[in-house]
Amino acid sequence: MSYLEKRAWIYGIVAIVVPVAYAVVLLARRPAAGLADTHYAGPMLVAVGAAILLNIAAGSLVGGPVRRDERDKAIGRLGEYAGFYVMSIAAVVPLVLAMREAPYFWVANALYLALSLAALVSSAVKIVAYRRGF
Amino acid sequence: MGKPTRVTNSIRALRFAHGEMTQADLAERIGVTRQTVIAIEQGRYSPTLETAFLIARVFAVPLEEVFQYAQEQS
Repeated sequence: MSYLEKRAWIYGIVAIVVPVAYAVVLLARRPAAGLADTHYAGPMLVAVGAAILLNIAAGSLVGGPVRRDERDKAIGRLGEYAGFYVMSIAAVVPLVLAMREAPYFWVANALYLALSLAALVSSAVKIVAYRRGF
Repeated sequence: MGKPTRVTNSIRALRFAHGEMTQADLAERIGVTRQTVIAIEQGRYSPTLETAFLIARVFAVPLEEVFQYAQEQS
């Protein structure tokens, strides 16, 4: 397995684990008044920061600097392309929520979910491309 | 798992015919990673035209001796 394929796996795993952990924290801190009143900003910032740090740390553990050849670049483009489409579609949800003047909680979390889904799909497409070809 | 390309190749045979050249050696000579050579050999990736010509040049054969395009079955 190439270094960049390992990076795609790491990116995908982080894109699952961190949002799930974030959701667990939110549910645990849910006040009696309802989920929309949960203080989400702190945990969300921690989740975003943790995802970045985990990607950097795990990436450095599986190898060092690597040469990207034409196949790596093509797979990278394919993954980013898929992620862009998912993000474009999923971003409609927070947009509609904002238009409907939904609580900030739902707008921010719908946006976070869209970003997480885009990252997950992007890495999944890269992994499939590495393993099955394209 | 079906192959995603109809392009087939004779790289493996050509490597062995050229002093059992390793995939790593070929990768080094054409400027790609060993994983990419493996993917090309297994038909999981169709290289760019430039890389295809580089591979043919390494083995000193015409492009058609390295890569073949399967006829469409009717």
